[in-house]
Formats: sequence, structure tokens, C-alpha cells
Amino acid sequence: MTDMTAAKPAVRVETPFQRFRAEFFESRIATAALIVFSSIVVLALLAPWITPQNPYDLGQVDVLDGRLPPGSEAFAGYTMWLGSDGSGRDLYSAILYGLRISLSVGVASGIIALAIGMMIGLIAAYMGGRIEAVIMRLVDLQLSFPASLVALMLVAILGKGVDKIILALVVAQWAYYARTVRGTALVERRKEYVEAAQCLGLSQTQVVFRHILPNCLAPLIVVGTVQTAHAISLEATLSFLGVGLPQTQPSLGVLIANGFEYLLSGRYWISVFPGLALLTTVMSINLVGDHLRDVLNPRLKK
Amino acid sequence: MSAVLEVNGLKTHFFTRAGVVKAVDGVDFSVSSGEIMGLVGESGSGKSITGFSILGLIDSPGRIVEGSVKFDGTEIADAREEALKQLRGNRIAMIFQDPMMTLNPVLRIDTQMIEAILAHEKIDRATARERCRDALGLVGIPSPEERLNAYPHQLSGGMRQRVAIAIAFLNRPRLIIADEPTTALDVTIQAQIIHEAQKLTRQTGTAMIWITHDLAVVAGLADRISVMYAGRIVEQGETDDVIDRPRHPYTVGLLGSVPSANKRGQRLYQIEGMTPNMLALPQGCAFAPRCTRASDECKTAPPIQKSGGSRIRCFHPFGEGGRA
Repeated sequence: MTDMTAAKPAVRVETPFQRFRAEFFESRIATAALIVFSSIVVLALLAPWITPQNPYDLGQVDVLDGRLPPGSEAFAGYTMWLGSDGSGRDLYSAILYGLRISLSVGVASGIIALAIGMMIGLIAAYMGGRIEAVIMRLVDLQLSFPASLVALMLVAILGKGVDKIILALVVAQWAYYARTVRGTALVERRKEYVEAAQCLGLSQTQVVFRHILPNCLAPLIVVGTVQTAHAISLEATLSFLGVGLPQTQPSLGVLIANGFEYLLSGRYWISVFPGLALLTTVMSINLVGDHLRDVLNPRLKK
Repeated sequence: MSAVLEVNGLKTHFFTRAGVVKAVDGVDFSVSSGEIMGLVGESGSGKSITGFSILGLIDSPGRIVEGSVKFDGTEIADAREEALKQLRGNRIAMIFQDPMMTLNPVLRIDTQMIEAILAHEKIDRATARERCRDALGLVGIPSPEERLNAYPHQLSGGMRQRVAIAIAFLNRPRLIIADEPTTALDVTIQAQIIHEAQKLTRQTGTAMIWITHDLAVVAGLADRISVMYAGRIVEQGETDDVIDRPRHPYTVGLLGSVPSANKRGQRLYQIEGMTPNMLALPQGCAFAPRCTRASDECKTAPPIQKSGGSRIRCFHPFGEGGRA
């Protein structure tokens, strides 16, 4: 077999991740969306350093600055480029601080729901039988209610607060992940490499987590991004309806709700700017998610 | 030579809603150290299920209902899952049919190989990795260090099957069950793989069960051959005996169906009829409905008898030279 050495050039080791990255950046829209989303995240993270006002600090919020149109000067001397809301919060500052809350709520609930859903889905697929039947009927039951209704009911019971919102969002969303993972894992479980791994004498945990799970990640990432966007808008919905986050911790939904009453009196900016921020965030995540689905779906491979 | 594996009266049945499928229905054979036994049969004859039964990897609704599987003198047919896990991949290894499918596509070759060692031995990763590299070299993979870092999709089919064989030999097993390992490969690669497997079993004294439907493959490879039909071994003997002096009408038919140069231009022989429905096997000899020599006697199950150097299950075996 020595003659084969010369014939083949050294294999260029391209990890699946590198290939995925190259394919992802082929799409301009997705690349742009990713850049927009990253900038939003950076802006939100840097909020305390780049905003003129801390909207949580009531000492900095002056009611006399209320309802100023975009471009007005605040009493403290800085310019309110996006205007201010009814209680005198600088909207630019409030939006960035609001993004922090919206994003962290969305991402945190997304990750927790993913972890829980993934475990439950894997267990269902691997155990099969009665355990699977019980779990999947539970998932069906959960999915037969609209996610917003489930979250609404839970928040109504639990009360306001970031932790409670996250809990409500996790409960409303785990089932999507569980169903996705279970579907993929069922397909993967039947594949021969799983049988081969069993023949190597690997433990069940190793087979499930080292062999089956990595092969289920692609659809999970896609659902993860889309569901995170969904969680963010769901949180905004709850806050808009007044059952989400308290007024003292304005998320984007709270800000939009605050401006709602002024909308017909021509003070459009109080609702519109937070609304645009929410729209941009959710849309950029969804665009990234959509393209991820195209890249990671083997059936759409060129 | 002592037998590494002794299988006696093994019966694996599947209890499906439509009825009991007797996939393996009373199989006996033994394999000794350094010996290759060819297990030949058509699709659905139970040859793969026999292999999986030995490893205790029969999924419900199937189970071993009867018989004994002795590995190195220890009974393992009714062994606990934990005990079997210790054997799998360690003392008994398996090679599968499709090398495209048996390697995990998202894990690197070294990850998969090292894991196979670490499942059974407590050694550090560097030592394990070294052993993996040696194993790859042993099965004729050029520049093994680079291949260790590769992903399965970067290797050709033949290369992957070599990796699979390397993994099988990794823990120096006593027995390897190879389930049609060359079926998915083209003929030239097939020959290389067979050569490699044969060389390694001789060198390491590993016993091997080579499951295949291809008589041509086992004719050149195996020391002994067992021919399976509908869950039973119908003929068993030394390779030369079975290939050159087949006794059972089914073996004769199989051998007759192999196209060869001296039959050019003639119509190829085929065994009439279809493989039987495993849910409704005929009474007695399962091959009788397709057999040209069948008589009323064949409605009862034929006992195992010695004929020449072989053991066969037939009332009307062919005589010397495959003639009546």
C-alpha cells in the first residue's frame, strides 16, 4: 500500500465548523444581519458607558424633561436624539438599557429551555417505549396552547420580575426544543455508527452525549436562534400587556407600552423608536436563523 | 487449538405482532484462535442476527430464546449487560458492512479511536493515541498521523473500512465478527481489505467470523464455511470440502449460481423460487419447496449428519463431486 502515499496529496483538514463558516458568509443578507445583531449586542453591553442617562436611576430622570421631541436638549444639558418618554427618560438611553434586559431575558430563557428540552428530547428518543409516549404527549399538550397564552398565565400567577419572566418563557418554549431533538435523535439512533459505538462497549451516556447529541446540534441551533427571537418578542408582548417587567426596569415592551397612549397625540417617538429597536433585533436574529437552516440542512446542500 | 467461541443450539426469535420470526433457529459452530469462519447465506437467512446474538445486541422484540454461546469457556448467552459491555469492543470486536455509516460523521478519527481504547483501559490519551497511530499503520493506511486528525468524510470508502478494521483490532480482541465488511467496496479494494484482515488474524491469532453472501470472498479467505438458510446452518465444513465438494442442494445451487468463465454464453443457473417467508416457514426442511431433490421425507426436519468432511442437514445430499 506504499504506492498510495505518493498518489494522494496530504488531506487539508477542514473541520465541519470551518466549512460551515465559509458557507454561512456566502449570503450577504445573513452576513449583514449578523453584523447588525452583533452591533446591537455590543451597544447593549456598552450601554452604561455610551448613554447620557441611567434610566434606572430616578435621580437622573427629570419629569420636566417628559415628552420632549427628538433632538431636544435635556435639563441636564445633553441632547435627547430620540426624544424622551412621559416620565422624562431619554429614549436613546432607555432603549439601550431596555435591549440589555430584552436580550438577556431572551438568551437566558433560550439557553435554559434548550438545555431542558434537549435532555427531555434525548431521553424520549433513546429510551423509547412508554417513557417516550408520556413525554411526547406532554409536549403535544404543551404545544397545543399558544406560547403567549402559556406565558401570560404563568406570569399572571407568578408575578412580575426578570426571573419570573424567564421561568415563564422557559415553560412556554422547552417543548419546541424537545420535539426537535427527539425527531433528529430518532433518525440518528437508527444509524449504524450508533450500533458501532455500542459494539465498542461504550456506556449509554457516552453513546447518547458523545455520538448522538453532536449529530443533533444542527437543527437545534436553528430552532435555538428562531426561538430566542421569539422569546424576545414574547417578553415584549408580556411587558406591553403590563404583566411582564415592572416600570422601574423598562424593557422594550414596557417602553412601547408607555408611548402607546401618546401615539394619537402625535408624540410618535416614544413608541416608534423602541419598536424599531425591537423589530431590528428580532428580524436580524430571524434572518441569521433562516440562513443557518439553509446552511445546516443537508437536503438543501449544493 | 482451543475454541475461542462455541455456539450451540442458538435460537434467536423475534416476537412481532404478525407472529414469531425464527431468525436464528438452532445454530451450532465454533471458531478457534487464528481461524476464519465464513458464515454464508442470502439476505434474511439470519447470519447477521447470529453475529448480533453473540454480542447480546438483539433489540426488542427479539431475544435469544435458547442455546449457549461460550466465549473462552464462559457462557455469555445469558450474561448481564455490564459483563457484555466489558467484552464488546474489547475481547469481541465487530466490523460493519458500510464504512460510510459506521464512523460518526462529526467526530475526528482520533476521537473515535481513542474513545474505543479508553472505554476498556485506563491509560493516558497520549499513549492511547500512539496505539491508534500504530493500528492505522498496521492496516496499511499511509501517513497515519494525518489521518488521525481527519474527519470520516475526508476519507475514501476503502480507507474508512481500514479505519474500522483498525478500531476492531485496537484492543487486541480474541474474536472479531465481520458483518459483510467488503460488500460496499469495489472489487480491488475488497481484495486489499480481505488480504489485510487475513494477515492480521494470522499475526495476532484472533478468531474471526466473516459474514457474507459472497461465496467467492470466503472461498479465498475462510478456513471453514457455514452455509445458512432460513435461520439454520445447512452445511458446514472445511472450505475446500464445501466449495469443491458441496453436499447440500442449497450449497450446490449457490455455487452453481456464481458466474464463471467456463460458463460463458450459457444461461446462468438460478435457484428457483424465493427465499421463504420467515413468518411461515415450510414444515421440515425450509429449502424443500425450492429443492429439486425434495421428497415426502423432507416434510420432517432433517437431522444433522456427517457426509465426507462436512456436516449437513439433508436427507438427499449430493455425493462426491456434487453429483447424485
